[in-house]
Amino acid sequence: MIKTDVVIIGAGPTGLFCAHQLGIIGLKCEIVDNLDKIGGQCIELYPDKPIYDIPAVPKCTGEELTNNLIEQIKPFKFNFHLNDRVQELTNENDNWIVKTTSGKKFLTPNVVIAGGVGSFEPRKFPTKSAEKFDGTSVLYSIKDKTIFKDKSVVIFGGGDSALDWAIELSNTSKVSLIHRRDEFRGVPASVKKIKELSEKNIIKLFTKYSIKDVKGNGSLEEVEIKSEDGESKILKADYVLGFFGLIMQLGPIAEWGLNLDKKVIPVNTENFETNKKGIFAIGDICTYPGKLKLILSGFHEGALAARGCFKYARPNEKYRFEFTTASSTIKDRLGVK
Amino acid sequence: MAKIKYIEHNGKEHIVEVQNGLTVMEGAVQNDIPGIDADCGGSMSCATCHVYVKEDWYNKLPKKEMGEDDMLDQAYEPNSKSRLSCQIMVSDDLDGLTVHMPEKQV
Repeated sequence: MIKTDVVIIGAGPTGLFCAHQLGIIGLKCEIVDNLDKIGGQCIELYPDKPIYDIPAVPKCTGEELTNNLIEQIKPFKFNFHLNDRVQELTNENDNWIVKTTSGKKFLTPNVVIAGGVGSFEPRKFPTKSAEKFDGTSVLYSIKDKTIFKDKSVVIFGGGDSALDWAIELSNTSKVSLIHRRDEFRGVPASVKKIKELSEKNIIKLFTKYSIKDVKGNGSLEEVEIKSEDGESKILKADYVLGFFGLIMQLGPIAEWGLNLDKKVIPVNTENFETNKKGIFAIGDICTYPGKLKLILSGFHEGALAARGCFKYARPNEKYRFEFTTASSTIKDRLGVK
Repeated sequence: MAKIKYIEHNGKEHIVEVQNGLTVMEGAVQNDIPGIDADCGGSMSCATCHVYVKEDWYNKLPKKEMGEDDMLDQAYEPNSKSRLSCQIMVSDDLDGLTVHMPEKQV
């Protein structure tokens, strides 16, 4: 069990700046994120898109913003727990026990939810029959590519993951690639390679088709694909892979007894606490009158939530407001003279 | 101003007047019409404002810009008449537009 002052859920810009503010006021935190990298939507959805409304930064990309925020919190040496998701929150006396999917446990008086629109999950096949094989022969990510050796693998999708895996697996497996339209969004070099492999009949390429059904007695045997005008084809399949990108799901947050307004959490604007004592929500996931889904609003919310956390983390101390320009205590925390 | 008809997957119809300059997505969200999530708020970074537009209207709409089809690849059950409603700007020309919502967005 890891004891800390605050657990932050979400390593997007809002979560990162809240961590900074916690560091400034002398609190410790642990940051958990479902993605395998730091940066949240900024890094997952628009790493290269310029952002024009960060105060005093005329223009920066999602990736630059993330890198700067990481740099800014470096002095505090906070731990990140990536590729992990907070599953359960249980109250014990004045603390929360936070459990993650990987089995980590934290004991903390404060939880800050900076979860954006929820956690990123792979989009799954719409077909009900695919659920039966989910995780065994219907897969949305690849952990061990050796299982596909000499097997028939049917891959759906038109982005880089679909193309890269189709190319890679075509060395050792019988690969079919199915995409809903003729154009692919993967990089041009991969698209070219796919077309070459298709001409050589190494990959079977079906465009303007989508999944209709998966069938098999016990184990997966075949997949049926359909074109928009209703024509269908049956392909032999030991594995079906779907690469349709990531969608955002609120996930377990919905089960923690928090008030919810559709997919967002109402908070007070004094310290961004939710209806549960010691649970705060900041950034896109919180709502209050006048809420703007801007990164700069998330920064403000994080700064105030950090002060809210102080009250529970240091119940016997009085919080004292200080400026980074003047306070020697803060400079010590930042490791500067 | 355009009168837009939103049809939920279960057939329930909602007809609302949407101001010029708003998007079809905003018209739904502002009028609390279910079936359009718009998680990213209109920045074309998700695919949760997906709608189907029947052929006659599909051909009348301004064409898709770069990137919209890439996002639609990631939508729930897209087809050749799919659009992201955040990319359809409302104008007088769209008066009478009908859009159909998919079974779900996520």
